[in-house]
Amino acid sequence: MSLFNVFNISGSAMNAETIRLNTTASNLANAESVNGDATKVYRARHPVFQAMMDTQAGGDDQDGSVGVRVLGVMESTTPPLRTYEPDHPLADKDGYVYTSNVNSVEEMTNMISANRSFATNVLAVNTARDLLLKVIAMGH
Amino acid sequence: MFENIFGIHEQALAVHGQRLGVLAANLANADTPGYKARDIDFSEVLSQSQAEPASLPLTITDAAQITFGGGDPPEGGLKYRIPYQASLDGNTVEMPVEQAAFSENNVRYQASLNFINLRISELQLAIAGQ
Repeated sequence: MSLFNVFNISGSAMNAETIRLNTTASNLANAESVNGDATKVYRARHPVFQAMMDTQAGGDDQDGSVGVRVLGVMESTTPPLRTYEPDHPLADKDGYVYTSNVNSVEEMTNMISANRSFATNVLAVNTARDLLLKVIAMGH
Repeated sequence: MFENIFGIHEQALAVHGQRLGVLAANLANADTPGYKARDIDFSEVLSQSQAEPASLPLTITDAAQITFGGGDPPEGGLKYRIPYQASLDGNTVEMPVEQAAFSENNVRYQASLNFINLRISELQLAIAGQ
């Protein structure tokens, strides 16, 4: 019955949005992380979403019930911020330190977007649950 | 007398149930790059499900047996939504549109359910005769 699919679909979306919120929290927490090595400094992470067009995990393309999965978490390729601070304990031999490439504004908007998407999916689950309860109570 | 007692609402409920899943999938993939929003053409699917007999019809051996309109709604009828404004990542899900369609479908589902419930209580009244 397709009404039960809603739980799988919205559940997968809530899972994906949770991962997105986690990466956002990680990015914001490390927004000010510094390192003396440009290759070792923290880089902003973002999940890549993919629609589950195959029939795995409850997805069924035939009747249009397609969930979402996180394909992977990618690191931003934006170069880290380089500042000249020769007194810094982590400064390299030329006196530079590297700050993570996290863009706080971008992360904040990402967080709002993830929050809204999550709430929308909760709403979809609640609606499906209400409808199913009414179907169960049919004829009473 | 008991043939098709629920009229169109039996099939309507099945189609609305399927549409709920499709719209939930759109909402779930609101942030998926390249995902194309889809929807069910309700009138088309409903007319199909009324025209075609069920793929495995029950054999009627006695005139008193009750026939059911049809089980699952037919496959197909899924169409891609044309977005009002294209987005850079190729995703065509527009949240307000999907949410509006979702709540509309919800109301229609409940309407069909109500009709069925009323029909049941009507029949119960007729059976009890009081």
